[in-house]
Amino acid sequence: MHALNLDYMAGLVPVLLDYLPLTLGMAAAGMVCALMLSCLLAVIRVSRLPGLDQAAQLFISFFRGTPLLVQLFLFYYGLPQFLSFLVSINGVTATIMGLTLHFSAYMAESIRAAITGIDRSQTEAAQSIGMTHAQTMRRIILPQATRVATPTLMNYFIDMIKSTSLAFTLGVTELMGATQKEAASSFLYFEAFLVVALIYWVIVEALSWCQRRLEKRLNRAYQR
Amino acid sequence: MIALKNITKRFGAHTVLDGIDLSLERGEIIVVIGPSGTGKSTLLRCINFLERPDAGQLTVGDLTVDVPAARSEDILGLRRRTAFVFQNYALFAHKTALENIAERMIVVEGLSKAEAHARARKILERIGLADKADAYPAALSGGQQQRIGIGRAMAANAEVILFDEPTSALDPEWVEEVLALMKQLAAEQQTMIVVTHEMQFAREVADRVVFMDGGRIVEQAPPSELFTNPRDERTRSFLRKVLADNAPSVT
Ligand SMILES: Nc1ncnc2c1ncn2[C@@H]1O[C@H](COP(=O)(O)OP(=O)(O)O)[C@@H](O)[C@H]1O
Ligand SMILES: [Mg+2]
Repeated sequence: MHALNLDYMAGLVPVLLDYLPLTLGMAAAGMVCALMLSCLLAVIRVSRLPGLDQAAQLFISFFRGTPLLVQLFLFYYGLPQFLSFLVSINGVTATIMGLTLHFSAYMAESIRAAITGIDRSQTEAAQSIGMTHAQTMRRIILPQATRVATPTLMNYFIDMIKSTSLAFTLGVTELMGATQKEAASSFLYFEAFLVVALIYWVIVEALSWCQRRLEKRLNRAYQR
Repeated sequence: MIALKNITKRFGAHTVLDGIDLSLERGEIIVVIGPSGTGKSTLLRCINFLERPDAGQLTVGDLTVDVPAARSEDILGLRRRTAFVFQNYALFAHKTALENIAERMIVVEGLSKAEAHARARKILERIGLADKADAYPAALSGGQQQRIGIGRAMAANAEVILFDEPTSALDPEWVEEVLALMKQLAAEQQTMIVVTHEMQFAREVADRVVFMDGGRIVEQAPPSELFTNPRDERTRSFLRKVLADNAPSVT
C-alpha cells in the first residue's frame, strides 16, 4: 500500500480531458440518432401500422434482450464479415451505431408509454377541429408526451454517456481507453481509474442539474 | 343546412342510435334532451365522426357524405365544417388560451402564426377573456376553460357548433357565465346543437327541443309547445322528473 499520489492525479486530469470531446460526441450523436429512431418506433407501435408494428416489436425485443457489449462486438467484429461495405467500419462509428440501436429500443418503450398516457380527449379535440392523424401526433400528442418522457430520456442519456466507455473494447481511445493507457505506463492504476471515475461523476452530476432545470421549464404549462 | 338521414350506430350488439333523422336550417338552435345513456353524446359525436356511424347519410353545408362509403377526406371535410364543445373542455394542455384558439387557423387554414394570433385575440375579446391570452388551461377556472373551449369552436367558423353538456362538469358558480356566452352566440345566429340538462336555457334559447330516448327521437317541437304540452308519455315522465329536480329554474 502506498499514499495516494495526488500530484499524479492532478496532472492526469488535463490529459484525460482531451478525450472528453470524443466521449461526449459519441454520446450526443448516439442520443440524437436514438431519439429519432425511438420516436419513429414509438409512433409505429402506437399507430399499430400492420407489419411495421411487428417488425418494431421484434427490433425492440432483440436490442433490449441482449447485452450492449455483445451488440458492439457483433457490429464491429461480426458484421464486416457479412456485409463487405462495412469492412472499413471504425470503432467510433460502431459505437454510435450500437448505442443508437440499443438505447432506441428502451427509449421507444418510454415514449410509447408517454404517448398512450396522454388523455384521449386531447386526440378527440384535435380531430374535432379537423386535424389529420399526423398533425395531431406532431402538434398535440408528441409535445405533451415529450414532457412526460423527458426525465426518463435524460436518464438514458446519462446511461449512454457512461456506456461510451465500452468503446475502449473496440480499440477507441476515448476517456476510458486513454485512462487505461496512462495507467499501464505509470502503474498507478488506482489513481488513474479514480480520476476517470470522478470525471464521469462530475459530468453526470452536471447533467442531473440541467435535467432538474429542464423539468421545471417543461412543467410551466401545468402550474396552477 | 345540416341534415341527418337514418344515422345508425351500434356498439357491439347494442344499437345506440336507431335511425336518427334530423335537420336544421342555418341559424337554427336545437336543444337535445333525454335520459342519460340514450345516445345524445353519441349522436353529436357521429356528426363530426368522433364515432363512425354504421349507416346513414350526413349533410353539412355543401358536403353530403354516405357514411358507409366515407373516405378520409370526407371525414376531414365533415370535421372542418363542424365544431365541438366537450363536457370536460378538452383544451390542449400544453398550449395557452390564445394558442388553443389559434391552433386550427394555423394547422387547418394555413394562416401565419401572426395572423392567427391576431384573429384569436379578437375571439378572446368576444368571449371576455382577453386578459387570459397567455394563461395555460391548468391556471384557469372551469368556467374560463369552457369559454376558451367555446372560443376554439368559434374559431372554426363552422356550419354548426355541437355542444355536449357544456356545463355539466362545472361547479355551479361557473355555469352562468358559460350559458351567457352561449346565449350571446345564439343572438348572433350561430347554428348550434346543444345537449344539456339546463331546461331554462332550452326554454329561452332553443328554436326547437328534441327529446331522445332509447336511441330514437321521440318528439321534437318548439320549447313553448314541448314543455307545456308534451305528446308522448315518455317525454312527460322525463320532464316531470327533471323539472322536479331543478324546480327553482322553472317557472
Ligand atoms: N365507446 C363506447 N363503447 C361502447 N358503448 C358505448 C360507447 N360510448 C357510448 N356507449 C354506450 O352507448 C349508450 C349511449 O351513450 P351516450 O351517447 O353517451 O348517452 P348520453 O349522452 O345520452 O348519456 C350508453 O349505453 C353507453 O354505455
Ligand atoms: Mg352524454
